[in-house]
Amino acid sequence: MTDTTTTPPEIGGVGHSVKRVEDARLIEGQGNFLDDIALPGMLHMALVRSPVAHARINGIDTDAATAVDGVLAVVTGELMAAHGLAWMPTLSGDTQAVLATDKVRYQGQEVAAVIATDPYAAADGAELVDVDYEMLDAITTPQQSLAEGAALIRDEKEGQTDNLAYTWETGDEAATDAAFAGADRVVSLTTHYPRSHPSPLETCGIVADVNSVTGQATIYMTSQAPHAHRTLFALVAGLPEQNIRIISPDIGGGFGNKVPIYPGYVVATAASLLIGQPVKWVETRTGNLISTGFGRDYYMTGELALTNEGRIQAMRVDMLSDQGAFYSDAQPTRYRAGLFHVCTGSYDFPHAHIKCRGAFTNKAPGGVAYRCSFRITEASYLIERLMQTAADELGIDPAELRLRNFIQPEQFPYETATGFVYDSGDYPTALRKALDAAGYDELRAEQAAARAEGRLVGIGIAHFTEAVGAGPAHTYDIAGLKMIDSAELRVHPTGKAILKLGVKTQGQGHETTFAQIVAEETGIPATDIKVIHGDTDDTPYGLGTYASRSTPVGGAATAMVARKIADKARHIAAHLLEAAPEDIERDADKFHVAGSPDQAVSIQDAAFAAYTNLPEGMEYGLEDVTYYNPPNLTFPYGSYVVVVDVDPETGVWKVRRMVALDDCGVRINPMIVEGQIHGGLTEGFAMSSMQWITFDDDGNCIGSNFMDYLVPTAWETPRFELLETVTPSPHHPIGAKGVGESATVGSPAAFVNAVVDALAHLGVRNIDMPVLPDRVWEAIDSAGG
Amino acid sequence: MEITININGTDHTADVEPRWLLVDHIRTGAGLTGTHIGCDTTSCGVCTVLVDGTPVKSCTMLAVQADGREVTTVEGLKSADGLHPIQQAFSDEHGLQCGFCTPAMMLVGAALIDENPAPSDDEVRWAISGNLCRCTGYMNIVKAIQAAAAAAASSNGDG
Ligand code: FES
Ligand code: FES
Repeated sequence: MTDTTTTPPEIGGVGHSVKRVEDARLIEGQGNFLDDIALPGMLHMALVRSPVAHARINGIDTDAATAVDGVLAVVTGELMAAHGLAWMPTLSGDTQAVLATDKVRYQGQEVAAVIATDPYAAADGAELVDVDYEMLDAITTPQQSLAEGAALIRDEKEGQTDNLAYTWETGDEAATDAAFAGADRVVSLTTHYPRSHPSPLETCGIVADVNSVTGQATIYMTSQAPHAHRTLFALVAGLPEQNIRIISPDIGGGFGNKVPIYPGYVVATAASLLIGQPVKWVETRTGNLISTGFGRDYYMTGELALTNEGRIQAMRVDMLSDQGAFYSDAQPTRYRAGLFHVCTGSYDFPHAHIKCRGAFTNKAPGGVAYRCSFRITEASYLIERLMQTAADELGIDPAELRLRNFIQPEQFPYETATGFVYDSGDYPTALRKALDAAGYDELRAEQAAARAEGRLVGIGIAHFTEAVGAGPAHTYDIAGLKMIDSAELRVHPTGKAILKLGVKTQGQGHETTFAQIVAEETGIPATDIKVIHGDTDDTPYGLGTYASRSTPVGGAATAMVARKIADKARHIAAHLLEAAPEDIERDADKFHVAGSPDQAVSIQDAAFAAYTNLPEGMEYGLEDVTYYNPPNLTFPYGSYVVVVDVDPETGVWKVRRMVALDDCGVRINPMIVEGQIHGGLTEGFAMSSMQWITFDDDGNCIGSNFMDYLVPTAWETPRFELLETVTPSPHHPIGAKGVGESATVGSPAAFVNAVVDALAHLGVRNIDMPVLPDRVWEAIDSAGG
Repeated sequence: MEITININGTDHTADVEPRWLLVDHIRTGAGLTGTHIGCDTTSCGVCTVLVDGTPVKSCTMLAVQADGREVTTVEGLKSADGLHPIQQAFSDEHGLQCGFCTPAMMLVGAALIDENPAPSDDEVRWAISGNLCRCTGYMNIVKAIQAAAAAAASSNGDG
């Protein structure tokens, strides 16, 4: 392990595997999750969802529902429309129905809400709401949707004459085409990255408490971005922002699912406002899977132009995304397909051109960055699958092909063909280290021997580069809000501190790691620092936690505010030591006069003096706030090697080994980093092997519960072998890059490459995810194997 | 219908609707919110409690079926001697992230250790295969349960 620690364990700064402070409450069942919140007089809400994918609503009969004992009100789209709330803006500039008024456009769409005194009565009421649907044909693929003569899904949208949601392109088309025209070899791959769902174990929910006398709205909500949500609530509902307090309590996993604002939140808030009592809504699992933010669903064709020696010269991508009924991707405004244009990956070539279209279909909207920095998962998958295809087509070993094309360490900072400026990296070292750990050469020899015996062994490689930590204000905003973030640090007279964050944990351990950053920068022991986050009344503004932005942006803000505090403390120490501030140096936890370590003042002494004994002219107190605007994104990367055994009779494949090397820059808490990688690898395995949401021809969602939507249990999940290199980010104050999503982004291609590699000698070049046994068997069968 | 359930060593008597699920009774009736709800199909296991020492998904049992029985929830793991070894091990081995699956995982782990004082990696994985976790990838959960088994064995004097 690379040791980057500079503080002793008692201080617990960067590099220590400090035990998590959040654990104490969680292991005793004292977590405070959304559904644990109970307020006096609280009512319960159940949603009525459309059972069909596309239909006109001719009427809604609420009489039977209203008659149920305990039911207080049934809210329909008509009522919401009377308050101007039947529709709401999405994070991508579209509008989305809150409760359907004209048509339902996907199965699971919110049609009405029943408010009752207990959740059982609310559910009884919801059963009895009678909606008269006039069936329309469902459009279930983007190809059908964009075909000539397709029915218009968004007939309510002014100026919309077809089912196109957006188009976007980037790169130099002419230069790319010229490179392709002159290339020795062109390799292409067409694949579908299927629709998946983050499905955190805790579903989404809200307790809305609007006080009709004071106008104060206290909203408890499963939110990865409470500040941004407060602003959006103010804009959508017209409530004065100072009267909205969003509290995001303990969150039972987010993975992108808890970034958007969902109709249920808006209806519950409106109901609380109208009834004058708190209203709780907690989504069912089926509601979560069929209606909230999904991930992926990209149909991609990628091509590489190469020399005969395997040097890449250009990349071309044509893509079609399935947006569902509303375009509500959570992503930076400027980029209609997120950061997909990072698809040039870890390779040095001059030209790329990417063209995307998105289509409306009769499916749930969402398009969240599922454990991913805005479409980077799809991008990384495409380039790494293309590398495997190129290796197979050109007859070059896939590791060798990557080594021939890597951006070299001395080329950083490196500007890619699509305009990203990668901050730092040493890709060849990372890949070689992972290959050595896996025993690559021996594995290839074993593979050859196995093939001779009719056994199928595959070795899959993926070397991904991510772009995370959005982002610099000149380029990145969501709904106009710049993607900066903040930290406020208050050091009390006894030297104990409170750190307040604009970002919000969902299990990543912010309460531990962010305290470690302060410990590193100030010498205050991490255990003396309380971290507060998730309450908009009590924390500075920020855009929230997703897209691996907490460490790159919020972590940087924390380091910078801690430096301001340390600097003031140094001035105070100079005063106490009767020395010039320039002559004061800091060890881990003490200030002393340069050259005389005995003359020292602790950070605690300086803190006390900040309230008791200040130099002339200095302002009392020891607290500050920083808003951090990152100069660039950060670019974590990794090299993954997967070994699989494939049963040719059944198509079943088993992961024999998974070696994962991650370079996320400086690791603040190695234990937590490794935990994040374990979780991310598991989600990568899940998507490659079993986890997808599909639909039948009528638009019925297959994957609406955990019996049909398979997420891996401990039994199926492979064991992982982790490795690391540490290449600090040169522009991040502590050199960290962020890690929460790396493994989910990088690993699916490694798993799929391994299965395809096992069958490559049969001529198999692609199996779409999830790589189900029947798909493998069919690939073997049609290859005549 | 009046029922009495012994929850974590204390009798709780209540008048419940026959259709109320045990999980709702534990969370709302007894006010013990460490037991969670994560699905509608008996699939996720975050609602797991011990009924007479056996792991049961409390979303799939009616409160009335638990009448006269002993239920242990996460809140009952700790004793006068302090944390249960499984609680300590989950924290020490970083066996939790968001913590939503954790109460159930710990109860299943504790029940396993009662039956099998030194479970193998596979035995632990099989025992928790009715419990999903979306955060940890299970590696550290397995480690934590094995570490708790070792700690329990050594405090019983046979380790
Ligand atoms: S709540 Fe999912 S199994 Fe009980
Ligand atoms: S720790 Fe989050 S679901 Fe297990």
